[in-house]
Amino acid sequence: MTKSSVIQVPPKGGFSFDLSRRNAMLQQQGAKLPKYRKTGTTIVGLVYKDGVILGADTRATEGEIVCDKNCEKIHYLAPNIYCCGAGTAADTENVTDMVSSQLALHRYATGRDSRVVTALTMIKTHLFRYQGHVSAALVLGGVDVTGPHLHAIYPHGSTDTLPFATMGSGSLAAMSVFESRYKENLTREEGMEIVSAAICAGIFNDLGSGSNVDLCIITKEGKEYLRNYQQPNPRSYTRSKGYDFMNGYTAVLSTQIRQLRQHVQVLEGDRMDEE
Amino acid sequence: MEPMACQWTDAPHSMGTTIMAVEYNGGVILGADSRTTTGVYVANRASDKITELTDNVYLCRSGSAADSQVVSDYVRYFLNQHTILLGRLATVKTASTLVKELSYQNKSFLETGLIVAGWDKYEGGSVYGIPLGGTLLRLPFATGGSGSSYLYGFLDQAWKSNMTQEEAEALVVKSISLAIARDGASGGVVRTVTINEEGVQRKFYAGDKLPLFHEEIAPRPTPIHAN
Repeated sequence: MTKSSVIQVPPKGGFSFDLSRRNAMLQQQGAKLPKYRKTGTTIVGLVYKDGVILGADTRATEGEIVCDKNCEKIHYLAPNIYCCGAGTAADTENVTDMVSSQLALHRYATGRDSRVVTALTMIKTHLFRYQGHVSAALVLGGVDVTGPHLHAIYPHGSTDTLPFATMGSGSLAAMSVFESRYKENLTREEGMEIVSAAICAGIFNDLGSGSNVDLCIITKEGKEYLRNYQQPNPRSYTRSKGYDFMNGYTAVLSTQIRQLRQHVQVLEGDRMDEE
Repeated sequence: MEPMACQWTDAPHSMGTTIMAVEYNGGVILGADSRTTTGVYVANRASDKITELTDNVYLCRSGSAADSQVVSDYVRYFLNQHTILLGRLATVKTASTLVKELSYQNKSFLETGLIVAGWDKYEGGSVYGIPLGGTLLRLPFATGGSGSSYLYGFLDQAWKSNMTQEEAEALVVKSISLAIARDGASGGVVRTVTINEEGVQRKFYAGDKLPLFHEEIAPRPTPIHAN
């Protein structure tokens, strides 16, 4: 698209692509972009007889390093709506935080419990506006007055409504478990078993997923957040002597002890009015 | 190489697709496959690509899933307001013109091919094709998506005007099945929507109900192992 004689208009919001070409050129010349903290991830959701069950692993990676062995990928949106997030951790955290605030304001304005499709529309309009640069792939599930709902949301802003969904790098491993075992009207125990099996398939077969299994079961009565429902990767060896670092391991060059109380002055002043 | 660079998480969600709509004497029939892909992974094997715009007008979506969903949401919203203002059902021409406006005015940002079809009391059944650039073309039948390439010759020979509902339905199902057989980006089930004076009827043809063609093997039920 050529811009020959265009009046400069101040930006109205949305992603500014001004630096994208420059960054691409720098990358071509050999500059290294900073590594994002990604949640490699296996996230899943399924609809069972009484509601929805969401599941996630707990490994967060920064390139090849595991930067968090027990992170939380199931985010709160509303008392009856939760969302699993895959992709760039910052993006999933911030999008879900932002939408959860918007939903709270919406509840106050309407005087009603939030509906899953409301959260869905808020998230998809935000992601579409950023044309896929907000790298958040989400599995959104909840139960509202119209019943249980499960949606898969992709970074470019498209959504799918499904009875079972998987996302993230471990999605293929998890989907294989779902496709062979899912049926309609599962009981709570069957549903939890299938979800954990799917997450475990991701944990053991995908390098980007690992550590523990988190579950969140949502019904019209309420929600049950089972943090670390399964821990199939315990630390199997601990040194019997412990991991203390005794004095003498690091050379001490000088010691200075200062009392902090001398530097804190309590001033008499006006209190804020309490009324 | 980055071990975590997955095509199926990074590629945009697109609908390879085969979509079509035909006019018959009394209304229109829309048909679509159900495969949505992210790169080479089938992200949704049972998607619904025929979305409602109003009670009497439906839209077949192809191309980028996000772009087509956003366009259909906007048009549904505008048509809703239009129906309230007008006091009666919107015409298929109005709906397709709105879709065309969005497609044409945003042509540099959007990548979506659409087919609008429905029934109104002025024109009866009508089909409008709105391909990538935002052209609006009224046609007796329209096809779209990657699978439509395989249907040009077939429809040149098999389509005739003034078909009955049964003939038109059979033609749509056969066409989508032929395209699914040859196009990797189309698959799953065949969904059809029939719109006429009486109203709207949705039909669903599972894989084993579809006609078989050259070198295709009949599907067999696979045993599901319980562990």
